[in-house]
Amino acid sequence: MLRYILRRLLQAVLVMFVLSLLLFAWLRSLPGGPVDAMLGERATPENRAAMRKTLGLDDPLPVQYLRFLDNAVHGNFGTSTGVQSGTDAFSLFWQRLPATVELSVFAIIIALVTAIPLGYFAAKRHGGLLDTGSVVLSLIGVAVPVFFLGFVLKYFFSIEWNLLPPTGRQSADLNATRVTNFYVLDGLLTREYDASWDAIKHLILPAIALATIPFAIIFRITRASVLDVLGEDYVRTAEAKGLSRRVIRGRHVLRNAMLPVVTTIGLQVGGLLTGAVLTETVFAFPGLGDALATAFTTRDYPVLQVLILMAALGYVIVNLLVDLAYAVIDPRVRTR
Amino acid sequence: MSAAAYEPEVRAGDSLLSVRDLVVEFGGKGRPTFRAVDGVSFDVGPGQTIGLVGESGCGKSVTSLAIMGLLPARGNKVAGSATFDGTDLLTLDQREMSDRRGRDIAMIFQDPLSSLNPVVPIGVQVAEVMQRHQGLKKAQAMQESRLLLDRVGIPDPARRLKEYPHQLSGGMRQRALIAMALACKPRLLIADEPTTALDVTIQAQILEVLRELVVDSGTALIMITHDLGVVAGLCDEVNVMYAGRIVESASRHEIFARPEHPYTHGLLGSIPRLDGTRAGALHAIPGSVADNIPWTGGCAFAPRCTNATAICREQSPALEADPTGIPDHLLRCHHPILPGTDSTHE
Ligand SMILES: Nc1ncnc2c1ncn2[C@@H]1O[C@H](COP(=O)(O)OP(=O)(O)OP(=O)(O)O)[C@@H](O)[C@H]1O
Ligand code: SF4
Ligand SMILES: [Mg+2]
Repeated sequence: MLRYILRRLLQAVLVMFVLSLLLFAWLRSLPGGPVDAMLGERATPENRAAMRKTLGLDDPLPVQYLRFLDNAVHGNFGTSTGVQSGTDAFSLFWQRLPATVELSVFAIIIALVTAIPLGYFAAKRHGGLLDTGSVVLSLIGVAVPVFFLGFVLKYFFSIEWNLLPPTGRQSADLNATRVTNFYVLDGLLTREYDASWDAIKHLILPAIALATIPFAIIFRITRASVLDVLGEDYVRTAEAKGLSRRVIRGRHVLRNAMLPVVTTIGLQVGGLLTGAVLTETVFAFPGLGDALATAFTTRDYPVLQVLILMAALGYVIVNLLVDLAYAVIDPRVRTR
Repeated sequence: MSAAAYEPEVRAGDSLLSVRDLVVEFGGKGRPTFRAVDGVSFDVGPGQTIGLVGESGCGKSVTSLAIMGLLPARGNKVAGSATFDGTDLLTLDQREMSDRRGRDIAMIFQDPLSSLNPVVPIGVQVAEVMQRHQGLKKAQAMQESRLLLDRVGIPDPARRLKEYPHQLSGGMRQRALIAMALACKPRLLIADEPTTALDVTIQAQILEVLRELVVDSGTALIMITHDLGVVAGLCDEVNVMYAGRIVESASRHEIFARPEHPYTHGLLGSIPRLDGTRAGALHAIPGSVADNIPWTGGCAFAPRCTNATAICREQSPALEADPTGIPDHLLRCHHPILPGTDSTHE
């Protein structure tokens, strides 16, 4: 178990190292280089030379890379030039993080509570109507572009039927108290339950849009995995013991069938960030995805750096946690 | 043949499970029907061990799964009856059947590793049977599990209880499966090739555990095997199956002393001899079950039988009493190999 954890940690460090190299190379290759990025194209030659010196661009590359690493570790990425001019890029990241985490957690929960039961019953009634129907649904789920689905949801549920708010995280007139910047949580902590409820209403549509692809993938993995497990000898043993349906389903089928599903959930997190860029744009939801989209269009390189590095770090951490969770639920990994 | 067709007499109080004319057909939309079990009848009583013997694919497992109600939910048809203690199991629904499975009738499967749930501790897998059927609380059931593991000969049971199948040896896994089967003291145990996946010394130990069980607690045992060595050590009566039908049925002593069906003869020719020479696997029976022809067009064994004549390919032989008049020796053959005429028609 310890060796397994150490190996995974080492892999994570390696991934982050390679990524930092790539990011460094990318920044060096920007048109006009970091100086233009910092000063804009109309800076005077004197300003440029001064900036080159302060940025240390005349130093050898390895020295520059180490300095880049040092800055990254200390959260010094410079100030935002486009998304929120003047704000420190790293603080901007922390400011936006809760919105996206809240949205992603909602999306993952929606995907899990729909995909796993549906996948189970589709496999159980393999070839039946429910099975065929949900397979088609999952195909549509991966095929429909997220932003298109977002627009459709917004058009019907907000504009036509006026059931849910079309944009934002919370109605401004609530003047809700902020504690953690996780709005749903804040409402619960301060007992402003209407603020929580309002935040949840703002989350529903974007979370559904964001959940479609993870739903489709988790559904398909669950279905395939349950089908496999149902044919296993130990399920027949469980039946031969006369166990109740509930025990067979939970302990013998699902516990085994969930192993591959847990692995995919980790991989889905990477996809969530791409999805968040699209959904947050459609629903003007002020999270990291929205910031990333704006940073791209305004060439806000300090913010882009932070977001890319932190996204990668987040991805690596989530997958590390998934690997650990896997080891906890699969004794064959744990007790090796 | 002059002897009367076999009419099994049901001796009350003698038989615990009584299988009559069991037929299992697979098939469904677009697939031709395939009769995996074709009119099988046998009895087993308390403290008795009967063997179901035959090559791979002859329908042994399907017979036992049909009795247990464990055939796949769709795509099969079961006919006949399997009367257990006065109730025809084949007429019960899944719910009634699952009340009996594990409690009255238990089963042990061939491959111990794949038959155990890899992510659930051994102890829980034993305890859950008792929690289900005897209403024991978890702690109590775990306590009982420890005693059971001890009883089937697993050393250090307290530790093994918490371990997972991959941490046990093959022999211990099969013992754990036996412990699960014995947990509720079933009156009937079906063992489907319980030793095939194990090496020889472990095989002998497992068979000893089963033998003690039958002797000590009067359990009825159906032993499914293609290994005549297992039959010799364990079974009181033997049913030899071929292509879904019983072709010869007699006491163990009779089968080994006087195998009369050419197929049984061949099977016996393929087990190791005391003098150490071993006829290669089924050397005495050329061909394989794959050469089967359906019983409807004559004797299914005819393509491989050295005694086959024209009548064998036209008339399907019936299961009849042995022509020399030995009681309880049944035979399905037009030209049995009778004592004294050891040579075949070759
Ligand atoms: N679910 C099923 N659908 C269709 N055919 C089946 C099914 N299960 C078994 N059969 C067929 O029924 C026949 C008998 O199978 P069975 O498993 O009873 O053989 P067996 O005597 O137990 O052999 P082995 O020694 O290999 O275990 C085989 O030809 C098999 O292909
Ligand atoms: S009936 Fe004929 S073919 Fe069949 S086993 Fe007897 S002799 Fe052989
Ligand atoms: Mg079998």
